[in-house]
Amino acid sequence: MIYFDHNATTPLDGRVLEAMSPFLTSFYCNPSSLYRHGRLARSAVDTAREQVAALLDTTAASIIFTSGGTEANNLALASIPVGGKLAVAATEHPSISEPAKRLGRQGHGLAVIAVDADGLLTEDALTKLDAFQPQFISVMLANNETGVIQDVARYAGAWRDKGIIVHTDAVQAAGKVPVSFKQLNVHLLSLSSHKIYGPKGCGALVFDKSVPINPLIVGGGQEQDLRSGTENVAAIVGFGKAAELAKAGLAESGQRLLALRNLLEARLAEIPGLTIFAQSALRLPNTVQFGLPHVDGEMLLMKLDKKNIAVSSGSACASGGSEPSPVLTAMGVGPALAKSALRLSLGQSSTEAEISQFITVLKGLVCQA
Amino acid sequence: MTDIYLDNNATTKVDHAVVDVMIPYFLEQYGNPSSIHKFADGVAKGIKNARQQVQNLIGCEHDSEIIFTSCGTESNSTAILSAIKAQPNKKEIITTTVEHPAILSLCEALEKEGYTIHRMPVDKAGRLNLEAYKKLLSDQVAIVSVMWANNETGTLFPVVEMAELANAAGVMFHTDAVQAVGKIPMMLQDTKIDMLSLSGHKLHAPKGIGVLYLRRGTRYRPLLRGGHQERGRRAGTENTASIVGLGKACELALEHIEYENTHVKAMRDRLERGITEQIPHCFVTGDLYNRLPNTTDIAFEYIEGEAILMLLNKAGIAASSGSACTSGSLEPSHVMRAMDIPYTAAHGTIRFSFSRYNSMHEVDEVLKVMPGVVATLRKLSPYWEGDGPVASPEQAFKPTYA
Repeated sequence: MIYFDHNATTPLDGRVLEAMSPFLTSFYCNPSSLYRHGRLARSAVDTAREQVAALLDTTAASIIFTSGGTEANNLALASIPVGGKLAVAATEHPSISEPAKRLGRQGHGLAVIAVDADGLLTEDALTKLDAFQPQFISVMLANNETGVIQDVARYAGAWRDKGIIVHTDAVQAAGKVPVSFKQLNVHLLSLSSHKIYGPKGCGALVFDKSVPINPLIVGGGQEQDLRSGTENVAAIVGFGKAAELAKAGLAESGQRLLALRNLLEARLAEIPGLTIFAQSALRLPNTVQFGLPHVDGEMLLMKLDKKNIAVSSGSACASGGSEPSPVLTAMGVGPALAKSALRLSLGQSSTEAEISQFITVLKGLVCQA
Repeated sequence: MTDIYLDNNATTKVDHAVVDVMIPYFLEQYGNPSSIHKFADGVAKGIKNARQQVQNLIGCEHDSEIIFTSCGTESNSTAILSAIKAQPNKKEIITTTVEHPAILSLCEALEKEGYTIHRMPVDKAGRLNLEAYKKLLSDQVAIVSVMWANNETGTLFPVVEMAELANAAGVMFHTDAVQAVGKIPMMLQDTKIDMLSLSGHKLHAPKGIGVLYLRRGTRYRPLLRGGHQERGRRAGTENTASIVGLGKACELALEHIEYENTHVKAMRDRLERGITEQIPHCFVTGDLYNRLPNTTDIAFEYIEGEAILMLLNKAGIAASSGSACTSGSLEPSHVMRAMDIPYTAAHGTIRFSFSRYNSMHEVDEVLKVMPGVVATLRKLSPYWEGDGPVASPEQAFKPTYA
């Protein structure tokens, strides 16, 4: 089995499971309970908060634990003032773009910020954005399909100065490239645990105290009254451990993955007509998305699947649709080529041997077709 | 872990059999169930199986009526916000004064937005007046939200009957059944309940997983958007391991439901009898004849619950002085105030909540410790002198509370 779909989800790191296990069966107390073991659960949650904060170069007090990246993105959008205008990049994940469209239909002004062929915000779009005068802007840090990294820090300061609330979805960037909440200069940042070898069902919204958050889930007052519900202690502990491991291994894994990706791209270039999307742009070291003329991406995906190779044709959250990828469409890729797209996302377990094997299989399938 | 854990209404230990079914979904079957490669197939099957296990426990008609959420609180928020968004012209909500903070806080927030909240009072035994309830039902009401079992006293509300009354009046009915599921039998398909919340960590599944039951045909608006998961009703990558764990926990709960209502109940009854027989000036709160089998809430007059807990903690016994979500506050719990328990007793209430992991031996250990704890604290109490309370305790010491 070759798993090249780490942007969809990652396996749990064995060390993460080890950190979590005691909190499932032994130290299972409710962190809001006052007795000894309740306090122990509380302190484990506090430690995890420090670990996640360290990965993002921020303070523990700025972390709100959520049930995942989608909830974090939804919660970020809930800070939009009543009737306020919002702008989101054309390449956002559905957990931003879909609720944004809905807010647009409900009478909030909505602008979609155009991108160029490399998936980067265009000067023209930025000028239009100034004229639109939004109160909230969301631009993802690294794209889930293409891996393109947006220079959010370059724009965020100026937007802030205009009183705009700035959010970035860093779900794909965190753990793959260095992410500093401070240097990005945004108000809000979303994160997901299961993209960094932590458990599913856990994520975080990092927030700047100057932004009034409207909680989505109210009740017991947990997470500074911004996200109620008994803390998911074991998963939070696992998320913390995963963040710690990601931070410790960041430089080394970044170099290793980039070397593997360079190899992969060099080998992909052997296939005539193959296009790597946004190849010249700054991208995540683990991600490559390509298209092949006259090929149906989903068919190819299924053929690869039969050969025990797991890849993706785009975002797992949008799988099952027959529409071409909105990300590629926004980058000006024609519908035929966009529908041929495959995304490969490498991870800890990926090896040179897997890449060679993949290329051999791919060449066989493409020639056959 | 604390040697004797009698706080199972706060949270429960994850059953080892539950952990065992979860582990493969962490390490091997870790695919994103939305992916279309076969690596995700096993994951999708695991989720489907779990949905059926939940379905069997709550007795609903279709497994598609099960929506997995991140917790009971999310289920509660989703249910109420869905009802008001789906029926924007209805501006009233009926609930009770003794709901969990998850419901009460949300209702307070909605009150500020202009909603009229009818909070039904309870009598001294924690019971509702159904005649008063009938009068509140009207076409202005967006939703009735009434808990199935109270987290502090274990008192059961007649939600099946109340749902029928709501249904007859054309009003949507939600129940927070976080404490009831797995402790008492239920068959939702024979009721008119439209929505029900349950929480994994109250029934030996992990924290961070819950369910909203949504009767087929009930109008609905999602809380979390931006992904087609859970048939578009709850976006976000499925928390596979926890979902599979919850399924197993539901299967085990169903297997043990008779045990819960015989053996667990017997432990509770023995503790309750032992304490009330041995210790003067204490009484059980709530509806003694209509309660969860695992819960007893005992008011010890003239002393502080928090102090009792601390001494119990030293003896290796974990219990609670109210909802864990309101712990840390020195106010008597809203449930005790709603039942009009005098403050000299309301401050001294302790909830003992059992699970199938407890034993009769543990009950006997607690019974050995409890009289000494209470006697020690009463010696320090301004309401207590020698062998009994002072002549007029209400006058002896009057603290003021914010």
